[in-house]
Amino acid sequence: MQKLTVTLATASLIAASALTSQAADGRDYISIVGSSTVYPFSTAVAEQFGKTTKFKTPKIESTGTGGGFKLFCAGAGVDSPDITNASRKIKTTEMETCAKNGVTDIVEVKVGYDGIVLANSKKAPQMKLSRKDVFLALAKEVPSPEGGDKLVANPYKTWKEVNASLPADKIEVLGPPPTSGTRDAFVEMVMDEGCAAFESIKALKKTDEKKFKAVCGTVREDGAYIEAGENDNLIIQKLDANPKSFGIFGFSFLDQNTDKMQGSIVDGEAPKFETIADGKYPVSRPLYFYVKKAHVGVIPGINEYLAEFTSEKAWGDEGYLAEKGLIPSPKNERKTVAADAKALKVMVNK
Amino acid sequence: MRAACYEETTMNEKPLSTMDRVNVGLAKRYRKERRFRLFGLAAIVSSLMFLVLLLGSIGAKGWTAFQQTQILLDVHFDPVVLDVGNLANANYPSLVREAVYQQFPQVGSREDKRLLAKIVSNAAAFKLQEMVMSKPELIGTSKPIWVLADDEVDMFVKGHIPRDVPESERRVSDKMIGWIDQLAATGRIEKKFNTTFFTAGDSREPEQAGIRGAAMGSMFTLMVTLVLSFPIGVAAAVYLEEFAPRNRWTDLVEVNINNLAAIPSIVFGLLGLAVFLNFMNLPRSASLVGGLVLTLMTLPTIIIASRASLKSVPPSIREAALGVGASKMQAISHHILPLAMPGMMTGTIIGMARALGETAPLLMIGMVAFIVDVPQSFSDPATVLPVQIYLWADSPERAFVERTSAAIMVLLFVLLLMNASAVFLRNKFERRW
Repeated sequence: MQKLTVTLATASLIAASALTSQAADGRDYISIVGSSTVYPFSTAVAEQFGKTTKFKTPKIESTGTGGGFKLFCAGAGVDSPDITNASRKIKTTEMETCAKNGVTDIVEVKVGYDGIVLANSKKAPQMKLSRKDVFLALAKEVPSPEGGDKLVANPYKTWKEVNASLPADKIEVLGPPPTSGTRDAFVEMVMDEGCAAFESIKALKKTDEKKFKAVCGTVREDGAYIEAGENDNLIIQKLDANPKSFGIFGFSFLDQNTDKMQGSIVDGEAPKFETIADGKYPVSRPLYFYVKKAHVGVIPGINEYLAEFTSEKAWGDEGYLAEKGLIPSPKNERKTVAADAKALKVMVNK
Repeated sequence: MRAACYEETTMNEKPLSTMDRVNVGLAKRYRKERRFRLFGLAAIVSSLMFLVLLLGSIGAKGWTAFQQTQILLDVHFDPVVLDVGNLANANYPSLVREAVYQQFPQVGSREDKRLLAKIVSNAAAFKLQEMVMSKPELIGTSKPIWVLADDEVDMFVKGHIPRDVPESERRVSDKMIGWIDQLAATGRIEKKFNTTFFTAGDSREPEQAGIRGAAMGSMFTLMVTLVLSFPIGVAAAVYLEEFAPRNRWTDLVEVNINNLAAIPSIVFGLLGLAVFLNFMNLPRSASLVGGLVLTLMTLPTIIIASRASLKSVPPSIREAALGVGASKMQAISHHILPLAMPGMMTGTIIGMARALGETAPLLMIGMVAFIVDVPQSFSDPATVLPVQIYLWADSPERAFVERTSAAIMVLLFVLLLMNASAVFLRNKFERRW
């Protein structure tokens, strides 16, 4: 026993000394952070890149878009990430934070599109919704059903009350929490648009933008909208068990579960690969990643990673990313983005 | 009841003996006790039922992941494709494609051929590459080789994708089903033991994903934790129990240790982020940092368990050692520590088991990440088993569902092993006085 204690003590000393020596080593793999929506795509590219080149496989953390920028902009040294994935464009404030911390030359790469779907189980009929219906069903405050401009707490309990052509089922929607990029995009593309269908609220946009955002973007908290966490598989399982409820998630999850789930038709368009690609389906958003130019050449493989991501066999119409659910950008756009990425064209802060 | 007793006494005018009083209430007391026991039994039975339900659902979902569909292809190592001077960059996927087309000579159109190539995982090309690189004399020969099937083919063969729904509603088309049936008829498609699951790191392709990377990460992390927390914990416990004076300062330390044991683990993650990453500049996502954070988390558990086992060594042994002239250090290291060791080890193993199951503190230090390469050292980026489970549970591909459950089974098995060894150590070495 005594011997064991002594051995363990020595081992701990060795570990402690190893700790200090290893900290000084440089990094020989690419470090990527950011959006959980881009994660399935960038991991697929990273794996392909790791297997087909002499470089190590990049390490990818799924931190969410906002969290990714925070880490990305924290500093310019090699201990900070080289690339951050984002499900929206970088904000001016984030650019400023970056610049303040010495991260000035940033290369933006637009990778493609992602659709957000409102889906339910195939056991129930497919729904035909307008964005106005969705707004009325999910907003915290809506214009009074009796008419007039007054806003009242959302009185609707069933879809039929929202729109007479819809079934008389209870409104029950499972969706992402406010920290999620999917939620931001959903609010921006569905709620804001649906809300602007009301003249009185639309007028508000010009006079009091903040109020407009608050009215349109606040989701009801009386149990009709259920925050289901970031795990989309869980949402799908729950929808399958309860065919009367709806879920909000990314198109890639619908694409993988077409035998169980169906996407609701929004403003006359069903969420399909083709309708999202040509922009007909209204709820889709571009996806990006951002690269620190200063790290190119310092961390091995960044150029090659960019080349892999922007190659036709990855993000092309028949590429392996399309198979993972990414909606490719139009061909011409791909060409320019790939050329810009190759030339490491730096963004300018407007 | 009481009213009845009272009536009786007044009627007979004779006071009840103690036995009589007891007998009156006896049936009720027995009933009460039976009920009490029944409640306890019900609690046990219901928790067992939940456990069986949990394990059953994990087992039912996960057991299929230990098998993997493979396809037998007659690969011709074509010297035209394989240039001996440049083997690393040869077009291995075309070898695989040719071998697949050879099985289905009837498939002609370009579209169909592209679809056909998808029934085999792209891991097949890497497998051929490995074979040729290690044995260049294969070039020019033909050889039957089992290669991994694509995850969707695998899901279909295992029955997770139903055959009887309309074609538009499943990810395996009618054509593909026809091809799979044809392969099955000739015995060229088979479910075999899934070795990839135990030898590969993480992957975005379910059929190539394995837990080795995460298991190694867990091992490195736990090694750091054990090597640091055990000696520190035992030393702290010995000092506090044997040497420290009883005063306000030691009371404060004791309160703090007890308090730390109850702190949510995410707090240790934040501490690790601030101290190890931002201040000491240790590498992000490394198992070294994970181990340090988990050390902080397990230390209080180990100290508390070690102090308890030191306390349980009878004072007579301590006094006898001192009485025959041993120094305090000799008494501790020759007598008390060996006697207290089984208890300390049990506490340590339970602490380690808890550390093995943690994800929350690791989130903050970047260990929740997609890492393909199996970590080789303490500073390599690594992830751990529970994190791997979390990442797979969040992946859209259906084949990850069974892999998630399989990984949970492996984790539970390791935990069971650790806890069983704690029980074993206790039973074998524990002394009762």
